[in-house]
Amino acid sequence: MKRLLFMLVLLSGSCYAVDSRQLSDPKQQESYETLTKELRCLVCQNQTIADSNAELASDLRRQVSEMLAQGKSKEEIVQFMTDRYGDFVLYKPAFKGKTLLLWIAPIAFLVIGLIAVLLVIRSKKAKEKLTSDAGALQRDTEKQKKIRSLLNNGEIS
Amino acid sequence: MLKYIIPLVLFIIMAVFLGLGLTLNPSEIPSPFINKPAPNFSAPKLNAPQERLTPADLKGQVWLFNVWASWCVSCRSEHPVLNDLARLNAVTIIGLNYKDDPVDAKKWLDTLGNPYNISIMDQEGRIGIDYGVYGVPETFVIDKKGVIRYKQTGPVTVVDLQKTLIPLLDKLQAEPQ
Repeated sequence: MKRLLFMLVLLSGSCYAVDSRQLSDPKQQESYETLTKELRCLVCQNQTIADSNAELASDLRRQVSEMLAQGKSKEEIVQFMTDRYGDFVLYKPAFKGKTLLLWIAPIAFLVIGLIAVLLVIRSKKAKEKLTSDAGALQRDTEKQKKIRSLLNNGEIS
Repeated sequence: MLKYIIPLVLFIIMAVFLGLGLTLNPSEIPSPFINKPAPNFSAPKLNAPQERLTPADLKGQVWLFNVWASWCVSCRSEHPVLNDLARLNAVTIIGLNYKDDPVDAKKWLDTLGNPYNISIMDQEGRIGIDYGVYGVPETFVIDKKGVIRYKQTGPVTVVDLQKTLIPLLDKLQAEPQ
C-alpha cells in the first residue's frame, strides 16, 4: 500500500510538472496536443515536448501554440521544426530514403525470425521422421529374427 | 558445421553494429543548416541594447556565430579557447547570448574576457529556435555570402580549433565575396 502511494506521488509529479498551454479554439487545442506528442525534446531525447520540463521543450511548446494561433497548419509546423532540427525532432519520422531502414527493419527482422522458426521446426520434424523410420526398420529386423528363430524351433519340434 | 557458423556470423554482425554504436555520440544531431543561408534575425546588442544587428550587416565577412550563456557550464571551458581565437584576428566572432540575464552576461564578459566583436541578446530563445539550437554552447561558421558552412554542438576545444576551425576559416577567408 505504502509503495503504491509512493508510486502515485511520483506519477502525479510527472503529470503536472509541465506547463501545458491552452488555446481558445478547441480544434487548435487538439492540434496542439497531438503535435506536442509527436515532437521530440532534443535535450532529453527520449521525451516528447509535451512530457519534458526542459526549457527548450517549453520554448518549443510556446512556438507550436503561437503558430497554431496564427492559423498555421500542422504540416507547416512540422516543416518548421524539421527545417531547424532535422528529422530527429519527429517521433514518427517521415517515410523516405534516409529513414527507410528505420521503418523496414522491424518487419524484416520479424520475417527473418519467422523463417528461422519454420526452418527449425521443419528440420526437427524431418529428424523425427528419420529416427522413427529407423526404429521401425529395427523393429522389423527384430521381428524377422524372432520369426526365423520360431520357425527354426518349429523344425526341431 | 553450419549450426556453428550461423550463430557466429550473427554474433559478429551484432558485435560490429553495437561496437559502432558505442563510438557514436547520441547528442550529436546532424544539422539541416549546412550550406543553407543563415536564418535572419534582428536582435539588440548586449552592450548597446538600442542598436540592433542583423546577418545582412555581416555580408562580405566570414563570421563565427557562437551561442553562449552565463548559466552554461561548458561555455566556461570553451571561453579561453574563444579568447585565443579572438587574439588571432582570424574571424569576426558574434556571440548569441542565449536565454540569459544581461547583467549576468556582462559580468561574465568582464571577468573572463570578451572574445566577441558583438554579442546580441536572445532572452526568449527565439533566435535559438531559428538556428536549431538545442544544447549550449553551439558554434556556426558563416561565409562571406551569408551561408552556414559548419556547425559544432558542444564546446570548441583547442584541438577543434587547430584541426577544423582554423583551416576552414582560412579556406573561407580566401573565397571571393
